[in-house]
Amino acid sequence: MPVSPRDEDAVIRARELRRTFGRGSETRNALDGLDLTVARGGVHAVLGPNGAGKSTAVRVLTTLLKPTSGLAEVAGFDVARQPDEVRYRIGLLGQHAAVDEELSGRQNLEMFGRLYHLGGRAAAARAGELLARFELADTGRRPVGLYSGGMRRRLDLAASLITRPEVLFLDEPTTGLDPRGRAEVWGAVRSLAGGGATVLLTTQYLEEADQLADLITVVDGGRRIAEGTADQLKSQVGGDRVDVVLRDAGALPRARAALARLAPAGARGAGGEGVVVDEDRRLLSVGVEDRMAALTAVVAGFAEAGIEAEDIALRRPTLDEVFLTLTGRPAERDPGEGAAETAGKHEGGRQAAEEVSA
Amino acid sequence: MTVTTTPAPPAPGAHAPHRPGRARRLVGDSVTMTRRGLAHWARQPGQFVANQAFSVMMLVMFAYFLGGGMAVEGGGEYVDFLVPGMLALTMAFGLETTMVALTTDINRGILDRFRSMPIAPSAVLIGRSLLDMLNSTVGLLVLVGAGWAIGWRWHASAAEVLAALGLLLLLRFAVLWAGIWLALVAGKPELVQTVQILVWPLGFLSSAFVSPETMPGWVGVLADWNPMSATAGAVRELFGNPAWVGDSWAAQHPVPLALLWPLVMLLVFVPLAVRRFGRLGG
Repeated sequence: MPVSPRDEDAVIRARELRRTFGRGSETRNALDGLDLTVARGGVHAVLGPNGAGKSTAVRVLTTLLKPTSGLAEVAGFDVARQPDEVRYRIGLLGQHAAVDEELSGRQNLEMFGRLYHLGGRAAAARAGELLARFELADTGRRPVGLYSGGMRRRLDLAASLITRPEVLFLDEPTTGLDPRGRAEVWGAVRSLAGGGATVLLTTQYLEEADQLADLITVVDGGRRIAEGTADQLKSQVGGDRVDVVLRDAGALPRARAALARLAPAGARGAGGEGVVVDEDRRLLSVGVEDRMAALTAVVAGFAEAGIEAEDIALRRPTLDEVFLTLTGRPAERDPGEGAAETAGKHEGGRQAAEEVSA
Repeated sequence: MTVTTTPAPPAPGAHAPHRPGRARRLVGDSVTMTRRGLAHWARQPGQFVANQAFSVMMLVMFAYFLGGGMAVEGGGEYVDFLVPGMLALTMAFGLETTMVALTTDINRGILDRFRSMPIAPSAVLIGRSLLDMLNSTVGLLVLVGAGWAIGWRWHASAAEVLAALGLLLLLRFAVLWAGIWLALVAGKPELVQTVQILVWPLGFLSSAFVSPETMPGWVGVLADWNPMSATAGAVRELFGNPAWVGDSWAAQHPVPLALLWPLVMLLVFVPLAVRRFGRLGG
């Protein structure tokens, strides 16, 4: 791992973390030996499809769930043995708004402040500060049940920040939000990270990880299968990509064979010799190692084979392609409602993991 | 979101310089949880009043619609027999308010927030039970007033009256923890409604309204040993109201049983509920 933070700087440290659900033949490992190191400061994304173990990881790290085995430390404290020390130092924003719908925003924040043992007066002051900061100061006595989705999310975020946490956990914070709500949350995450907090964000949106995170850990089947900056992950898949749009769909098989020879060794085999084909758009895409040499080779090879191209382009890969190459499956596009974490049984993902770390 | 960024936050945790010890935390957090419930009441006073009105309505129905057809063995007013039974029965009513509130919390994610905070773990349940006991105490006093209004009288010392009220609230506390455990097991508000139906056969299979001796064989035995019958019998004795005293040991020793039954229930259901609550995360 090229950019793994050094252990002593880590604010989150998980080693060989396992969490098993069920008994007997029903047993499944939501976490299957997860290793995770998160450096202090900045935004760290945990990226993976539904059922990859992201939420289980967050629930273990936020002391909601005891690990079956392995070690997890947050802010220097063991989550299983010193949960209260961890709890005073973290904030959690889950997938569902975790506020009291019958109370007002202020009543909610004051209650949470008292539960953090700030004392009545300090809790009230902190509630006022946060309401002003998240533009909820004029909501008065209105119960949260009558708030808009965006307002509720802001209150939820405010509640996560009452103790000025060292680490803020955001579990799929934008799932189910409209584009505007998503932009609001993104803005808030950036400003929080700018303020010095460490943010651990889980997401199944590749774009979200790309936009927000300094470092991305890709998980699948309850394990880490890759890690790096967005750029590094893209390079791992095979640096740049060449996209070719054909004039004639009939030439697809020949063009595919010609392009397959260009794919770097590591990417071959994972997704059809590394060539991604979109038949409807007559589009072929391949990861390449040496961009200029590859471009020349494509032009020459197509001329030789008599394949006519409408368009040839060089570009950086998207994280979708990274994910496809790493796991052998496309990333989730639209999140299902109430997406339950299911057992990770993706053998392809394991193999890909070994390829990447090899 | 146009969030104005505070430049550099103070040292993390600076807002909580004092970490209260276990005992203080348990008390403080339970009080905060109870206050949360009181704030809910303040928002919906109608529901609170409706809960109290229900048992008064039941009492009036039994006294005036059925009371005419009832005769108390060995003489005496039926209302003097009815009211203590009604007081005991009411202690098993209205559990669904607490049970639904608890299951709603579980399903809404706010419980996850509570559990991710450094609170005393049992404060959530204790807060709920304190709130319910407040509600039940008000309900009990309202019903005592209503009974008085329709002609029921006690013939006892102040200490005996207080002891009777104490036994009634003790029964409530025990039934409540059984309800809390059931709510945690059921997990969903819809299932709670089903569970609540069970209160009816349990309530009526007792000496609350009629003598167990009038019931067929084994049903009468069940009714005799029903915790509700023990409390009803004990309260009748303490209030100096007429009672059907059967031949069974249970019927002749209602006061010790009215103490013993709830204590046994608490010994069983409090640990069960607390354990179940601790495992909610998975």
